[in-house]
Amino acid sequence: MSYGDFNDNEYIERMIAELRDGGTNVLVGCLDELIEWGRSNSLWPLTFATSCCGIEFMAVGAARYDFARFGFEVARASPRQADFIMVAGTITHKMAPVLKRLYDQMADPKYVIAVGGCAVSGGPFKRSYHVVDGVDKVLPVDVYIPGCPPRPEAMLYGLMQLQRKVKVQRFFGGVNCQIGEEEYEELLRRDLTAEKNDLNVEGEEKHE
Amino acid sequence: MWKEKRSMNSNLIDKITAWEPRAVWTEGGDGMFTVPADGFHDLAGRLLSEGFDFLRSLTGMDWGEAGFGVVYHLEATATGENVVLRTLTEEREHPVLPSVCDLWKAAELNEREVFDYFGVRFLNHPDMRRLFLRDDWVGYPLRKDYDPAQNPLRMSNEVSKDSSPTYELQSDGSYIRKRNVLFEEDEYVINIGPQHPATHGVLRFRVSLEGEIIKKLDPHCGYIHRGIEKMCEELTYPQTLALTDRLDYLGATQNRHALCMCIEKGLGVEVSERVQYIRTIMDELQRIDSHLLFFACLCMDMGALTAFFYGFRDREKVLDILEQTTGGRLIQTYNTIGGVQADIHPDFVRKTKEFIAYMRPKLREYHEVFTGNVIAQERLKGTGVLTREDAISFGATGGTGRAAGWACDVRKRHPYAVYGKVDFEEVLFTEGDCFARYMVRMKEIEQSMNIIEQLIDNIPEGEYQLKMKPVIRIPEGSYYAAVEGSRGEFGVFLESRGDKSPYRMKFRSTGLPLVACLETIARGTKIADLIAIGGTLDYVVPDIDR
Ligand code: SF4
Repeated sequence: MSYGDFNDNEYIERMIAELRDGGTNVLVGCLDELIEWGRSNSLWPLTFATSCCGIEFMAVGAARYDFARFGFEVARASPRQADFIMVAGTITHKMAPVLKRLYDQMADPKYVIAVGGCAVSGGPFKRSYHVVDGVDKVLPVDVYIPGCPPRPEAMLYGLMQLQRKVKVQRFFGGVNCQIGEEEYEELLRRDLTAEKNDLNVEGEEKHE
Repeated sequence: MWKEKRSMNSNLIDKITAWEPRAVWTEGGDGMFTVPADGFHDLAGRLLSEGFDFLRSLTGMDWGEAGFGVVYHLEATATGENVVLRTLTEEREHPVLPSVCDLWKAAELNEREVFDYFGVRFLNHPDMRRLFLRDDWVGYPLRKDYDPAQNPLRMSNEVSKDSSPTYELQSDGSYIRKRNVLFEEDEYVINIGPQHPATHGVLRFRVSLEGEIIKKLDPHCGYIHRGIEKMCEELTYPQTLALTDRLDYLGATQNRHALCMCIEKGLGVEVSERVQYIRTIMDELQRIDSHLLFFACLCMDMGALTAFFYGFRDREKVLDILEQTTGGRLIQTYNTIGGVQADIHPDFVRKTKEFIAYMRPKLREYHEVFTGNVIAQERLKGTGVLTREDAISFGATGGTGRAAGWACDVRKRHPYAVYGKVDFEEVLFTEGDCFARYMVRMKEIEQSMNIIEQLIDNIPEGEYQLKMKPVIRIPEGSYYAAVEGSRGEFGVFLESRGDKSPYRMKFRSTGLPLVACLETIARGTKIADLIAIGGTLDYVVPDIDR
């Protein structure tokens, strides 16, 4: 798609202005551009789908819509090898910690796309007792794709928006920042200890 | 269609009252027997020995003052007779009911579901864990007095326990809680899912292995439990329709058809002939769509990626036809109470015929590419056998049941729409293995095309939508209606108190029995076969979890 075809250009320009605020080193800036060009054209999705939207996501990967044209074809089953996660489908209370864990396992820089009404806001199940109303309560979301389910074309549009976002980022000193050892250990600990409460601990009871 | 099922055969009513004099027959909708809890297990055993071997549906209920209870829909597979029973307990603090999972294996997961929803404990059930919700969930969500504020989003990781509580009846009438060990300390247990490409969604298994051989399998559901049944209780009838499409999205039209049929049955309306034809054709197109996706995904799971693209390529052709008339690709939201959303598109008939002409040679191609392949044959033939008895006991309908030789097609058992008038063959195999399950679905694509061909040129003129009242209220009573979904019997049980929203609405999942029988099928096979078994069972996880 050409630049003029997108209808949210002010937003991306504002983002570029913010990112470029501090000025750029010429050498690093050129290198950045090269790396971001490469990165944005080979984003690997995690094969993650919980429900209906996932089937449309599969359709985007299959013959007619074919997201391989844009460099997305290498869908990975392991979060450790994926660049972004398409949250396609409803996220429930039981799934939310699992999703968070998947996200934590992904290597930086990583992105999240919320696909469909459910991932955006809870969708038709907003009032249910077991549905998270919006995946942004759990993960930082980069692109929202509304619809129930979104058409494959809409998904492709959303994926291209992600590419635009990646393209203007700066790899050096920007998205490639690393976390300290302490923070790492803290994250690891949080992952290993599950919440213990009295419902988790069983005892023998006798009822009349 | 609904009239003939109206009341149970009076012969049977007499018999049941003779066996259990305290059983009371109540009219109201389909009508049902109320049996006291202490005599229920004996009567159930009696019914089983009289041939009622298929537990169609098991529904937990909160009747408020009257207490908690369970509604059982039973069918005798040999004679086709149906009976509806209920039992209940007044106790609201610690409700307890007898388990029937020693009689019908289908009860095992269904009773866990009732425990999860209502907190009813089943005596002598080997495994009284929650089925869908987390173990640290507070309260029981389908109780009428449940307060959602008790359960904020918990982001802690869940602990999987290696044992399950059971409740055993003592001779003095009290019961004690015991532990049933699921996995021993020294067993080698591996975890599969919920994020795994071969579980077709977010299903999770814990598998105990000895070398490569599966010794035990423990399924965990609920990662996509959306609480649809509870939501329906707050929605008006037309609003509830939207949620059914999202249950089993590869049977969206059929699910909605079942709910519309159930509501129409309650209201006592009969839709026009034209609507019946359109609904039947749409259901069959949906079935073709689903089976093509089944083929594509099974091939992908087994490493034949090319076939995946073939399946999806042809599936898009069905979606185009559906989209032109309904406006939706995957989720059509097409059926309405008393009709369909819009009349068929002028090109519908032509395009459907073109599609069938296109699809027939493609099926041959599929068989050449995949069915005859040595690897596919080796991996599918003889693995994952389910016997006919087990299929019935678990209630595993659809392609899985028919592959085991059980003639369980709702289209033949209880003909609805225009299925009574068309001529088609119910595809049956006897092997019960993965290959039979695969072949049933491939052959059903042909049958679906035959059905469509018989109807497509004869769609009668008429209204596509009956005039309905703006506010729909269903007369008091309980109703059950079922259709043959893409993967088995999809039923809707509805209890109305005469309001504009249902008192209780339960969907008989097509997938839950398939998960229930998974452990039986998979025990003793190799871990790699689990992928082929899961693929050929063809479950859709949001339909299991609802
Ligand atoms: S947004 Fe709609 S289609 Fe997507 S997962 Fe939710 S209910 Fe399904």
